[in-house]
Amino acid sequence: MRSKVVLRRLLRNKQFRYGGITLILLVLLAYVGPFIGPYDWTEKDFMAFMSPPGGDHWWGTTSIGADMYAVTLRGMQKSLVIGLLVALIATGLAAVVGAFAGYFGGWLDRVLMWGVDLLLVLPSFLILAIVSPRLKGASWIWFVALLAAFAWMITSRVVRSMTVSLREREYVLAAVYMGIPRWKIIVRHIVPNLASLLIIDATINVSGAVIGEAALSFFGFGIQPPDVSLGTLIAEGSRNATGYPWLFAFPAGLLLLLVLSINLLGDGLRDALDPGSNS
Amino acid sequence: MSILEVSDLTVTFPGGVQAVRGVSYEVERGEVLGIVGESGSGKSVTSLAIMGLLPKGAQVSGSVKLYGRELLGMDEDELVKVRGKAISMIFQDPLSAFTPVYTIGDQIAEAVRVHQKMGKDKAAKRAVELLDLVGIPNPGLRAKAFPHEFSGGMRQRAMIAMAVANDPDLLICDEPTTALDVTIQAQVLEVLKTAQRETGAGIVMITHDLGVIAGMADRVLVMYAGRPVEQGSVDDIYYRPRMPYTMGLLASIPRIDGEEGPLVPIEGNPPSPSALPPGCPFAPRCPMKVDMCDDEEPPLTPFGDGRHVACIRSHEIEHKGLTGTDVFPVPVIPPSDVLRVPRAERATVLELDDLIKHYPLMKGAVFKRRVGTVYAVDGISFDVAEGETLALVGESGCGKTTTLQQIMQLVPPQGGRVVVLGKDSAKLDKAMRRSLRRDLQIVFQDPMAALDPRMPIGDIIAEPLRAHGKKDVRARVAELLELVGLSPEHAERYPQQFSGGQRQRIGIARALALEPKLLVLDEPVSALDVSIQAGVINLLEELKNSLGLSYLFVAHDLAVVRHLADRVAVMYLGKIAEIGTVENVYDHPAHPYTQALLSAIPLPDPEMERTRKRILLEGDLPSPADPPSGCRFRTRCPKFARLSEAERRRCVDEEPRVTRLANAVDHGAACHYAEEIEVITASDDQEEM
Amino acid sequence: MGKYLLRRLAINVILVAIAASLTYMLAATTMSPRAAYQGRQPPVPEAVIDATLDAYNLNDKTPVLVRYGTWAKGVLTGDLGKTWNGGSVNDEMGRRIFVSLRLLIIGTIVGFAVGVLLGAVSAVKQYSFTDRAIGVSSFVILAIPVFLLATLLAIAAISLNRGLGFTLIEYTGEYNPQLSGWDQFVNRLNHLILPTISLSLGVSGAAFYSRIQRNMMLDVLGQDFVRTAIAKGLRRRTALYKHALRTALIPASTYFAFNFGTLLTGAIFTEKIFSWHGMGAWLIDAINQNDVNSVAAVTLFSAVCVLFAAFLSDVMVAILDPRVRVS
Repeated sequence: MRSKVVLRRLLRNKQFRYGGITLILLVLLAYVGPFIGPYDWTEKDFMAFMSPPGGDHWWGTTSIGADMYAVTLRGMQKSLVIGLLVALIATGLAAVVGAFAGYFGGWLDRVLMWGVDLLLVLPSFLILAIVSPRLKGASWIWFVALLAAFAWMITSRVVRSMTVSLREREYVLAAVYMGIPRWKIIVRHIVPNLASLLIIDATINVSGAVIGEAALSFFGFGIQPPDVSLGTLIAEGSRNATGYPWLFAFPAGLLLLLVLSINLLGDGLRDALDPGSNS
Repeated sequence: MSILEVSDLTVTFPGGVQAVRGVSYEVERGEVLGIVGESGSGKSVTSLAIMGLLPKGAQVSGSVKLYGRELLGMDEDELVKVRGKAISMIFQDPLSAFTPVYTIGDQIAEAVRVHQKMGKDKAAKRAVELLDLVGIPNPGLRAKAFPHEFSGGMRQRAMIAMAVANDPDLLICDEPTTALDVTIQAQVLEVLKTAQRETGAGIVMITHDLGVIAGMADRVLVMYAGRPVEQGSVDDIYYRPRMPYTMGLLASIPRIDGEEGPLVPIEGNPPSPSALPPGCPFAPRCPMKVDMCDDEEPPLTPFGDGRHVACIRSHEIEHKGLTGTDVFPVPVIPPSDVLRVPRAERATVLELDDLIKHYPLMKGAVFKRRVGTVYAVDGISFDVAEGETLALVGESGCGKTTTLQQIMQLVPPQGGRVVVLGKDSAKLDKAMRRSLRRDLQIVFQDPMAALDPRMPIGDIIAEPLRAHGKKDVRARVAELLELVGLSPEHAERYPQQFSGGQRQRIGIARALALEPKLLVLDEPVSALDVSIQAGVINLLEELKNSLGLSYLFVAHDLAVVRHLADRVAVMYLGKIAEIGTVENVYDHPAHPYTQALLSAIPLPDPEMERTRKRILLEGDLPSPADPPSGCRFRTRCPKFARLSEAERRRCVDEEPRVTRLANAVDHGAACHYAEEIEVITASDDQEEM
Repeated sequence: MGKYLLRRLAINVILVAIAASLTYMLAATTMSPRAAYQGRQPPVPEAVIDATLDAYNLNDKTPVLVRYGTWAKGVLTGDLGKTWNGGSVNDEMGRRIFVSLRLLIIGTIVGFAVGVLLGAVSAVKQYSFTDRAIGVSSFVILAIPVFLLATLLAIAAISLNRGLGFTLIEYTGEYNPQLSGWDQFVNRLNHLILPTISLSLGVSGAAFYSRIQRNMMLDVLGQDFVRTAIAKGLRRRTALYKHALRTALIPASTYFAFNFGTLLTGAIFTEKIFSWHGMGAWLIDAINQNDVNSVAAVTLFSAVCVLFAAFLSDVMVAILDPRVRVS
């Protein structure tokens, strides 16, 4: 019943609709698009260096003759996967740390929140930038873990403060007085009541991770060649953006669309899931 | 000439929900019009519509005339000259009604300066004068305080000061005392009366409390489902109601001067404004309903003597002289078998012996440090015998909730002993505590907050059963739902699909799931409307008798306590002031605090309210972190004020203990100079003691 | 209050110390300044490399804790060590710190002020054209990462200048060293335009604050005290700006602390893309050059900045909110 109400509110929400449709189209483009294009992303066309969009090369070619269409879609696949994984890990971590710190309080709370403070003070970009070049050759999963490790702190603080207020709710007290174990109360009564916050947060984390990955790759600290991501493509393209705009415009435009659609989706979710929201 | 003339006012919210459907009334100078109704009856929306304070989406139609000038549709330039000048408003919750970041004095001065050409200094001085007028001690200093530094009662006084700042012709009071304790409510109502005398303004008093209206109003308008259903002089409405809803409402209120025994409930719930029944909106709940009631909504028709009634059978009611108890069926509640055994021979299910709970008082946001101690519960003792209801009453901050938590937690207390069903909470191991929890259950105050909104109610009721490994959970859930008067098919639904009274029944069903012996009731009906409240009280009474339960009942509403409890303990600042059987404490209170408390409660009886003598207490509750020495009540005690210097010494130096009064079996008071008097019906004619 | 602030400061110093130490350890164990010397033609003898690295306290043959000890002792006496090629980190920092601070301070103030103002206007005129325009543009801007925004701005400036035939807006560097006096001041301002926009507009600036402020304002708008203010005879607009805006600033100020970290990251990109020789650009160069001590110095700087922002945000809340002040 409740889920039906939420679904109806979601579908009525313009932001959610537009965001959702755009995102679906982008995912389709990333994963189905390469099969339609005439070139593979690893292929090099030695007859066409830096050729503008048109003919066989829909989005033009790069300085080494790679097909921009195929390369960009490959980059977007990577960005999408990274964004999704980072968001899942970061939100999960935030929920666990925040709920335990908030519910149990005392020294556990102090230790965990102190760790959160410390991580907030450490410049995450810097740590990522130092460590990620040493991951050359290692799997990009490590890169995902690193990105996630620096993306959960603020959410966990919010989860903690919400848990503290939920802990005093009468239905939680009722469960305590019934003799239900504490971990069970967290799982059954606290986390489900944070669900809307967590879903919204996970969505926002996706766009944060996509941007973070792109930014690091832009400076050469993220995805390493020969693999590509939207960030590395934008970095390369921006050097010649005035002369060869297609090298820059396609990855940059897709990144913008991707982030925009995820943000819209997140905002729509917030409106639909949070009955107290005004807009 | 009337100040305000409202005719056929309707308010429609986006989505086509009609919250107000045709309200008409007039207010004369110096007159108090009471508007009564339960939550959702549209009474507050009406007043907001008059002031033009509704959100933009709301459509208002009809007419609101101030001295013949139409207010609806007036542009803002004109309207700002009316608001706060000709018409002022007093809101329910004085904490949220003040801007937290400006001082009280500044906010009052702002109200003055909006309408009067006055320098900043002069306005500030005027603000101090106004604060003085409403009886705020030390007004010069208090004007510089921020809203959060004021107590609830003081804030409401400041609110009144702000409302009368520009000498308004009309004051609209929207539940002005609902958020306050009774003794503070009595003070604030007194201030309101003074303010009215000073300004000669008309007052529109909106409330759900029929007692408050009885003492304040000249005329009364009863609203139901967005419409007035009856209107007339206060005596007519209270003594000769002619609309079944008014009759039921009056019959359903528990009274402190009332008899014990079942209350008269009105079945069902008020209709949702988005799904009104076809004819009379009250018809589905009305025992006098005939087929014609469903045909069309009866209009508010004149009934002689300036009365208006909206009921097709009103003349019949008049003719037969029917009253609420004639019309509404009174349930029969079988008496309890346990109570026949004398109290001394019954088992003790709960015993508190000198229980102490002190909290550290912390300061600072990030680095907390201890700056003092809150003496929340400071040595209280009582016991509850099998089959009996003990009520713990007192105003907010008296420590009744802390006491209850100490009992429910089943952990060793800081001081004293808690013995539940013969087991000392300090000597429990994990398994024993768990098994003891079966016999000790709780019903919470707020029926919304007490149920997890993400769980269907079937799961909610099943939770304690599963936690204690019970078999055949489904059948038991169905059985429990029936027991509390709900249908077993409801198990699949979520809490928000139920009304407040139904949710409270679900909470009761959950508490009864494990067949406890002792049920702790934390203000179980205070969040409910009067007509719903009666049904829940009756259910609790019935369950107690049929299941042989014992109740510890925590409440601030002494009228409800009178109906439900066998014994009562009055708390003040972490101590028990008076304890005894309900008859003894209510009819012959011996402690000055109990006396003041009982006399502060308004009776739904205009005649009695007019002649009744009130014992008004001075000031606010002292902070539990810094209680007065000796007797904690002495700073506000009217008796202390009358004592001689020598007699007072004892109150200051020596803390009174609860001692049994000489001529009673079960009645004790913690006062050095305890003296039984009658206060509920005491009138001005009676001589001073 | 004073005592409270002092304790707060003490905790912050400890946090900075731990953060800087951790980063130093991380940098010292993963980066190898040796690489810069090993690859040289003609090859440098290992003993010479060791001696040089020892002199700079960068030798990876020395145990990391010993190196850390030397570094920490230096930091405590105000010496941040040597760069990978023997320069003084202190001197380098002295050259760069004001470049970054100028950008950060101006960017923060502009971003916060513009954001709060737009958010307030947006909330007051909810559902109007202005509200929608502000909403949509901040949404689009929020979707543009800073490095992309900076690049786009630079490209736009280049195209504009090319179209005009002369340099209207500067897009690279911090000032033109050939100018002097008033001309140089104007030139500096011109160089500030694009970096300031790129830093104060996006994720860490105006667009972010305008969303926050709008939401906070709308929360406050429905509250009773705004109704009271109107009921006592204030105009709706006056009530909103005087009572609602002031109250809604409190939660917005707490976001200030959270947001400063993002702003610092944004500054790194902005400096690098507009070729400003600030701390951010230094960080990227230092990482590329395996310059351990410089990396540690930048960390120290950014940790101090973040905590100072948190501190400032506390002070701001205390000034704005009497409820916090008294307790």
